[in-house]
Amino acid sequence: MEFSSPVLNYTLLSPMLILLGGAIIGVLVEAFMSKALRPFTQLSVTLGSLVLALVQVWRIRNEQSLSAAMGSVVIDGPAVLMQASILIISLISVLLIADAEHFTPLAAALPGSDEERHAMQSGNQVTEVYPLTLFAVAGMMLFPVSSDLITLFVALEVLSLPLYLMAGLSRRRRLASQEAALKYFLLGAFSSAFFLFGAAFLYGYSSSITFTGIRNAVVGGGGNDVFLLIGIAFLSVGLLFKVGAVPFHAWSPDVYQGAPTPVTAFMAAATKVAAFGAMLRIYYTVFANAQWSWSPMLTIIAIITMVFGSLVAIAQRDVKRMLAYSSIAHAGFLLTGVIALNKAGLEASLFYLFAYGITTVGAFAIVTLVRDSAGEVTDLNRWKGLGKRSPWVAIAFATFLLSFAGIPLTSGFIGKFSIFSAAYESGARSVVIAGVLSSAIAAFFYIRVIVLMFFTDPVEDGTSVEIPSSLTSITVIFSIIVTIALGVFPAPVLNFISNLATFIR
Amino acid sequence: MTTSNSLVYLIALPLLGATILLLAGRRADKWGHILGTLMSASSFAVGLYQLSLMLGRSTEERPVGQKLFEWISVGSFKVDAGLLLDQLSICFVLLITGVGTLIHIYSISYMSHDKDRRRFFAYLNLFIAAMLLLVLGDSYLNLYVGWEGVGLASYLLIGFWNQKPAYATASKKAFVMNRVGDMGLSFAIMIAFATVGTVSFAGIKEQVDQTSTGALTAIGIMLLVAAAGKSAQFPLQAWLGDAMAGPTPVSALIHAATMVTAGVYLITRSNFIFDAAPTAQLLVVIVGAITLLFGALIGTAKDDIKKALAASTMSQIGYMTLAAGLGPVGYAFAIMHLLTHGFFKAGMFLGAGSVMHGMNDQVNMRKYGALRKFMPITFVTFGLGYLAILGVPPFAGFYSKDMIIETAFNAGGIKGILLGSITLLGAGITAFYMTRVMILTFTGTKRWDEDAHPHESPWLMWLPMAILAIGSVSSGFLLSRGDALVNWLHPLFDHHEEHEHHLLEPIVVSGLALTMVAIGVAIAFFKYSRQEVAAIAPENVSVLTKIARQDLMQDRFNEAVFMRPGQQLTQVLVKTDEAVIDGTVRGVGQLAMTSSSLLRGVQSGFVRSYAALIFVGAALLIAGIWVVVQ
Repeated sequence: MEFSSPVLNYTLLSPMLILLGGAIIGVLVEAFMSKALRPFTQLSVTLGSLVLALVQVWRIRNEQSLSAAMGSVVIDGPAVLMQASILIISLISVLLIADAEHFTPLAAALPGSDEERHAMQSGNQVTEVYPLTLFAVAGMMLFPVSSDLITLFVALEVLSLPLYLMAGLSRRRRLASQEAALKYFLLGAFSSAFFLFGAAFLYGYSSSITFTGIRNAVVGGGGNDVFLLIGIAFLSVGLLFKVGAVPFHAWSPDVYQGAPTPVTAFMAAATKVAAFGAMLRIYYTVFANAQWSWSPMLTIIAIITMVFGSLVAIAQRDVKRMLAYSSIAHAGFLLTGVIALNKAGLEASLFYLFAYGITTVGAFAIVTLVRDSAGEVTDLNRWKGLGKRSPWVAIAFATFLLSFAGIPLTSGFIGKFSIFSAAYESGARSVVIAGVLSSAIAAFFYIRVIVLMFFTDPVEDGTSVEIPSSLTSITVIFSIIVTIALGVFPAPVLNFISNLATFIR
Repeated sequence: MTTSNSLVYLIALPLLGATILLLAGRRADKWGHILGTLMSASSFAVGLYQLSLMLGRSTEERPVGQKLFEWISVGSFKVDAGLLLDQLSICFVLLITGVGTLIHIYSISYMSHDKDRRRFFAYLNLFIAAMLLLVLGDSYLNLYVGWEGVGLASYLLIGFWNQKPAYATASKKAFVMNRVGDMGLSFAIMIAFATVGTVSFAGIKEQVDQTSTGALTAIGIMLLVAAAGKSAQFPLQAWLGDAMAGPTPVSALIHAATMVTAGVYLITRSNFIFDAAPTAQLLVVIVGAITLLFGALIGTAKDDIKKALAASTMSQIGYMTLAAGLGPVGYAFAIMHLLTHGFFKAGMFLGAGSVMHGMNDQVNMRKYGALRKFMPITFVTFGLGYLAILGVPPFAGFYSKDMIIETAFNAGGIKGILLGSITLLGAGITAFYMTRVMILTFTGTKRWDEDAHPHESPWLMWLPMAILAIGSVSSGFLLSRGDALVNWLHPLFDHHEEHEHHLLEPIVVSGLALTMVAIGVAIAFFKYSRQEVAAIAPENVSVLTKIARQDLMQDRFNEAVFMRPGQQLTQVLVKTDEAVIDGTVRGVGQLAMTSSSLLRGVQSGFVRSYAALIFVGAALLIAGIWVVVQ
């Protein structure tokens, strides 16, 4: 048997390689560097790798290649846009993660044990969250550019495993945090099994694991359609789980609530980009010709997801759970972009993902600021009158909520408008009607929080707003600027996306 | 169309001022008011410069535009953020920045004891910027941004003293009433986009002929709702009186000269829509006619000087709306009355502020009296405004109001006689209640509180009043000399040279109007000057007075028609929320404890339930696909 050495295009792969390299350096730093120097070093390494990767992505923005890694990775316009979105969102999330206040000093210690107390008192903080973040980002970067099922699965696990761990790192309410981590892990493993099962069926259908091979089989027909359909369905379960679509959403409120808030921000924003990125690529290229089979199913799921997320969010009394259900509803809105299956739908989805991701990180950044002596205050009743006590923080949060609600002059409006009009043009009327209706329902609970903050008298219970650290301020201000700029002046970004957004096959 | 790159400075300068003042915080307390005034004044200077440029161009080339950037471009929906300065908007630009600057100057002194004066000036600048955007936008969407902006700024300004709960409530009321109007505007924009396919003024104007009358009528009615909300016209007028809770300069700027006239601007700007939609146009006339009487009647019974002036504003804007509803012959007169009204009413509001300043913020006119000797300058400037609003020649109101009355009579047929009579009657009532205000405030006996020490206001306050008084005297003559304003605005409106049948000669109209005014003045004189005025409002008054005191039952009306049903609806919604939604969630929780049914899994917290849910979901997917394939 002859072996040929693999041919890799290192330039095109460099963004991911840089992140993996940075992660490995992070592991070494964690193992060998003195504790005093670690936090700063880790933060520098992480930010440095992310910035460097972003620079590399910018440099390859006009490249197109199907053979970056022997046909396993495809680099094209949408790939560049998704990778850039993931990197920018990760950058501002890392600035939140840098606030050690949110993380347990020693994750390996049992909650409530002497060991933990000792770690707490000594003030030494373990900083493994940084390399974990970098590994997760690398996985997210690979996920939407994979072009065979094996790579796709590896990317899925590389992005998921660090996230499971990170969800369990909270300093406060550690048991809830660890419970969330375990739930996320178990359900994630469960959905991965579905994913793999689907992949096996697709291989059975097309005798190929590459996207090109499967697509050719779909276009050519002649295979066993039952295998194809089961394959699509089970693969979709894995993907829909990651984006939190109903009925595969059940983990997200618990995990969003239990995980440390900076991790929630990162997870909610960046994972969505990665998972929807992969979904868009698979449905727009591989399964495009089998639209008849998956379009009705996705339409129903999208409608249920939007309506369910918006309705249940109304009853939430906890800001993180509310944002979790809001993110479920947004997953439904984003699914309309997948259903649209036209260029406008792809452009709108890419814009929506970026805009939504930035706004989400900003909103969670605000959540990290509202605290009392025992840590973050996520009970919405205690947010009453925030606008009177801390007008700037409340205004910032209100801006993010208005963007979620899709009010004009915010990025959310442009995103919703373009994604719905794309779906409408493609003929998916029912999903657009459901989308507009559930946006209206959703607007209700966003506005209710604004009313709560500005028109209700504050309660005196020791809830206060932390003066944001300079890193957190950067995140908030950046998110605000992007949210408003993309609402007032979206044309350059829309044009930029429009020029790049074409999948190569 | 000619383009100009300097239009944006009109808006950018006050916006910059507001930004600096808000961001600089307490550091700017010392110089904040000066910066704010300078920014407003420099915007006025840019406006004058633009006017001089415009005068230098030929009629066709006078409108200039500036495209700022491509705002929204999604599919077939394209909107540029663009500005348009034409003969109509330049009038507003100069009014807003000119009167605005005077009010800035006045506020320096008026607000000097307020520790938050800087913030006040920041909001004033923000208001000026938003108002300029409103009148300079070249499409309904751009106008909408300014429209919301002035709504926000006025909310902030009315509620500026929101430590007092009543004031905070007033600002909320204004906010909510305005939302109703804003819904109208957004519906108008949506209908326009859905039927015409564009939202720019020029674009819609071009396609009016191809658009169905039904759609145009719908757009027109929605625009009228918007105008009624912003301009306190029937039936959305109730907020204006309550909005008087704000500092007086705010009332002068927002509730007399600029923001409340935005509705008239909107209707005039949309002339091409209303001209093609007679039903909507007729509604405009009706709303104007009702409001002008409504406001005037409320004005007769108010003892609060600012509320009396507010009612008067409502009534005068009714005149403008009526004129704007009369079509091409009326637009120019609506704008003329708007401009002259901007001078005399702002002047009178500042005068009222000056009186309040000297009387420990007392607003009850029954506690005034004989202030003429103590505040001579205020008396003279207020008096000139008074003569102007009455329409005594040669003061400003004479030219503008008589034109409207005349045009109303000439509308033809029964409609003309009816409208003409209403406007005449309105003029008479106006004379009555304004004379009442004059007599109660400046003449008669002292009915002051014991600790009142009236004194003339400092020069920073009387100077703007004096300048506005000059406007009250001369603006009508200047604007109507040789039909200056009519000819200036002429190219914008679609004039079919109608064979103008004069029902009544202009001189007869003037005579009638002056007679009505004389009667109104005489009644007020005999009622208030010859008899002793009670310092406390008498209770044993006729039913009519009682009704008028309660703003013609408008609050009761609102309560019965909007608030109660609204509250009930909200209660039903809350109940639904509690019973259905919370109930469902709670029910799920309860079920989870009592049974092991499927529902328990929805959000029970158990991983096994979640996994089961995923499994069921996957099974349903397969089943669904199977159905599709079969």
